[in-house]
Amino acid sequence: MTEMEKVGAEDERLARERKKLARDGPKLTGAKLEARLDRAWHRPPGILGWLATVDHKEIGRRYIITALIFLALGGALAALMRIQLAVPDNNFISAQRYNELFTMHGSTMMFLFAVPVMEGVAVYIIPLMLGTRSTAFPRLNAFSYFMYLFGGLMLWVAFALNIGPDIGWFAYTPLSGPQFSPGKRADVWAQMITFTEVSALAAAVVLVATILKTRAPGMTLARMPLFAWAMLVQAVMIIFAMPAVALASSMLISDRLVGTNFFNAYEHGDALLWQHLFWFFGHPEVYIIFLPATGFVSVLTETFCRRPVFAYPVVVLALISTGILAFGLWVHHMFATGLPRVGYSFYTAASMTVAIPTGLQIFCWLATMWDGRPRLQVPMLYVIGFIVTFVIGGLTGVIIASVPLDLELHDTYFIVAHFHYVLIGGAVFPLLGILTYWFPKITGRMMNETLGKIGFWLLFLGFQLAFFPMHFSGLLGMPRRVYTYPAGLGLELPNLLSTIGAFVVATSVALFVVNGVVSLYRGAIAPPNPWGASTLEWATSSPPPVYNFAHIPVVESRTPLWDVAGELPVVTGLRVDEKELLLTTVVAAAPDLREPVPQASLWPFIASVAVGVFFISSIFSPWAIVFGAIPCAIALTAWFWPKEIKRHPEPVIS
Amino acid sequence: MTVRRRVPVAAFPLLAGACSYQHYQSTFSSAATEVHQFNTLFLIFLFVCTAMYLLVIAFLIVGLVRRRRANANVMEERRHHESDPLMRSGLIGWSALVGTGLIALAIASFFADRSMASAAADPKLSITITANQWWWDVQYDASDNSKMIRTANELHLPVGVPVRILLRSNDVIHSFWMPSLAGKQDLIPGRENDISITPRRIGIYRGQCAEFCGAQHAKMALIVDVDSYADFIKWWEHQLQPAPRPTTPLAQAGYDFVTSRNCSSCHSIAGTPANGTVGPDLTHLAGRRSIAAGAMPMAEGNLYGWVADPQSIKPGSHMPTIGLEPDQLHAVVAYLETLK
Repeated sequence: MTEMEKVGAEDERLARERKKLARDGPKLTGAKLEARLDRAWHRPPGILGWLATVDHKEIGRRYIITALIFLALGGALAALMRIQLAVPDNNFISAQRYNELFTMHGSTMMFLFAVPVMEGVAVYIIPLMLGTRSTAFPRLNAFSYFMYLFGGLMLWVAFALNIGPDIGWFAYTPLSGPQFSPGKRADVWAQMITFTEVSALAAAVVLVATILKTRAPGMTLARMPLFAWAMLVQAVMIIFAMPAVALASSMLISDRLVGTNFFNAYEHGDALLWQHLFWFFGHPEVYIIFLPATGFVSVLTETFCRRPVFAYPVVVLALISTGILAFGLWVHHMFATGLPRVGYSFYTAASMTVAIPTGLQIFCWLATMWDGRPRLQVPMLYVIGFIVTFVIGGLTGVIIASVPLDLELHDTYFIVAHFHYVLIGGAVFPLLGILTYWFPKITGRMMNETLGKIGFWLLFLGFQLAFFPMHFSGLLGMPRRVYTYPAGLGLELPNLLSTIGAFVVATSVALFVVNGVVSLYRGAIAPPNPWGASTLEWATSSPPPVYNFAHIPVVESRTPLWDVAGELPVVTGLRVDEKELLLTTVVAAAPDLREPVPQASLWPFIASVAVGVFFISSIFSPWAIVFGAIPCAIALTAWFWPKEIKRHPEPVIS
Repeated sequence: MTVRRRVPVAAFPLLAGACSYQHYQSTFSSAATEVHQFNTLFLIFLFVCTAMYLLVIAFLIVGLVRRRRANANVMEERRHHESDPLMRSGLIGWSALVGTGLIALAIASFFADRSMASAAADPKLSITITANQWWWDVQYDASDNSKMIRTANELHLPVGVPVRILLRSNDVIHSFWMPSLAGKQDLIPGRENDISITPRRIGIYRGQCAEFCGAQHAKMALIVDVDSYADFIKWWEHQLQPAPRPTTPLAQAGYDFVTSRNCSSCHSIAGTPANGTVGPDLTHLAGRRSIAAGAMPMAEGNLYGWVADPQSIKPGSHMPTIGLEPDQLHAVVAYLETLK
């Protein structure tokens, strides 16, 4: 047999084998198909199955619920701080405890709530929105969740054991160094950062690969929903920003563990090096939280104004340019550190420039409302609350971008007001809107509209009462991170108002939770598309089956459910006896490959336990890095052990 | 301090609070050239930002009000892929407006920054402040070494004279901030920063550390006394004097305790054997306005409280609670009160 004949015979054999594979298609559809898919995609039952699952919906739900618990915990700390600050010279909380409270509040909100909740929502919704059955790298996704959970648990267990950090969420050296923070408090903070870095990087890789490779056929980059664009930019930002803080926290840990003196000015280290590294991550972090929220706003504006967001290319370019500019602003956190003054001017200009893409996005949303027919249901109220509130935060951001103004306002309550307007107004309002919006998709039931409206107004008004007076506290000379303030400086009234407002906010958040729990059991049953929206997640049932879509839909426009009357066109040909994804090309989303999806596996969980033990024990001894690496290596080797795959080379599906 | 234009703002309690307050520790002040420039620039920014905000809100309200009209470009009318040409030109106009506004603000900010930097070019007085957890060491520099003075937690400045303050730190990062006089600058170990202030109005001002520096960050304040030039010189001359000899037996007992026991290893008092450098200089302690970096006003009762149990007033402070016997406490306070 010649070489050619051999190949020909092999091809024929493969072709015969392919015909034996079970796939969806005209002959296999409806209930029979669904039963087979259900069998292929279902995870093993029981607690081991729970730990082993790689279903993006389960992992996304866990992410969201865990993050909301951390939101409640962080909020409770904020309430305690507001009680302490309600009146001058208060003795409700000691200085040490107060310093722990604001450190825990900031760290919890930034690392354990804001970023993970955005990733959780994306992990749940993005595959549905893109018309596919799973995320890319589903085991990495499971690993990411467990790392996040262990990091958060470690921080809060340490806090409960009275070894919680007390150095601020920014942990400036040398205060966080070995000389001024003896004990383990600072190490706990630094290792919590390490956990969340690993987790966020893993989730970011999952999202980038999912968005670029698993979109439904026909969903070109130019037809991709704006939320997917926002998550793509955000995930790429995480990949660039996290290494900076990983470097910083590793240097801090080695300073503390083995005396490397990177940040010790008296041993030729540099105290300011920390700030450069930390803010090179820390400023993009704000946009890592904010960009997904702009994606939420675009989603909600589109559905509730009954038309696509105005000027789609402008919004996409605004997202990308915000993502790039965010890396050129870090020095504006360091205007008072005495770096050369002319250099500061560039950072003033760059900080102001970021207002241009944000201003354009605001215009596009407002133009969508102008051109459309806004329906004032609860999610849309949050969009309106977002614009009214966030724009104030954006404009005070322009004010503090100016060096002479920032030198007065930096590290005062003016800044506290500014970033809560940006982060609560800009991220939490859209988040609550989007949770109300996707609640029926996730649970199959609608949230109560009346409770939702009461909750929105309480939150909106309570927020303004809590945070608007802080602009005045700052201008009246109140610095941040003080456990008390003297009477007679004019700070009594604004602080009392802030405390009252904080409790109104707490009430509204509690109401949101009550609404969620009650609606989960008593809410109206949701149809597949209760809001009349246009994107693919609404093309499947609520809640979606474990395999998301019986047939992979084909997309021919930016708003598929509005443009196709009746059933969406679909592609067929994916196997139903095994878990399989259809991969498409990066730009044009042309069908490219069939990709097997990993089965549920305990190894991601075991690996995360091994890595967790490694990280936590290295707080106590440098030898942990040597011995802790062994179980990690074993777990990862087992996880990545090559499996025997039956080869079924397939032609490109046309 | 006079309060002008009080009536129009009385309707807004917060604003009234801000304006009627005596600007002891507030940026609503014109007590120095630097804060005056801040306020001018702040008003320019506030005006532009308020205008932009009102524009956004107006646009939002109009968008919501017209929602019931018949011919909207929405999916129900199968016109959702069309858009109003007015919005397309609006987008261009909006970009131009935002761009112009930001460029104007950036230029205003740049020139304000330059003018502050040039005002600081010719200082007439040089002071070195070294921050410690949680107090300020203050040293007035003079070309003649015998004219140098050292004090703590209090600054005296002559009105109308440009002052340059060198800023250093002995431990962690702190930030020097006198809101009613100027912006802030960090004090960073291993580095030297400086800030310039030209006071314009006689008065007493308060500032405090603005960078989180550990347990007692909240109680690390500094009092600034802006005097006439003559009063300032008088104060300087007085600071050059060593501490007076105790005249009563009680004060003498206090002197003996302070100079021979625990106190002198950390504190110094000029003209006595006490020469510690860890804590604040006490030579003219009783002449200062506050105790323990602004933690309490200077008064006999507060002095008793502080010497007897500093840890309950400023927990975590590096001043230990020594556990003095009552007679020792009386003697120490009696002596400290002579240090005018």
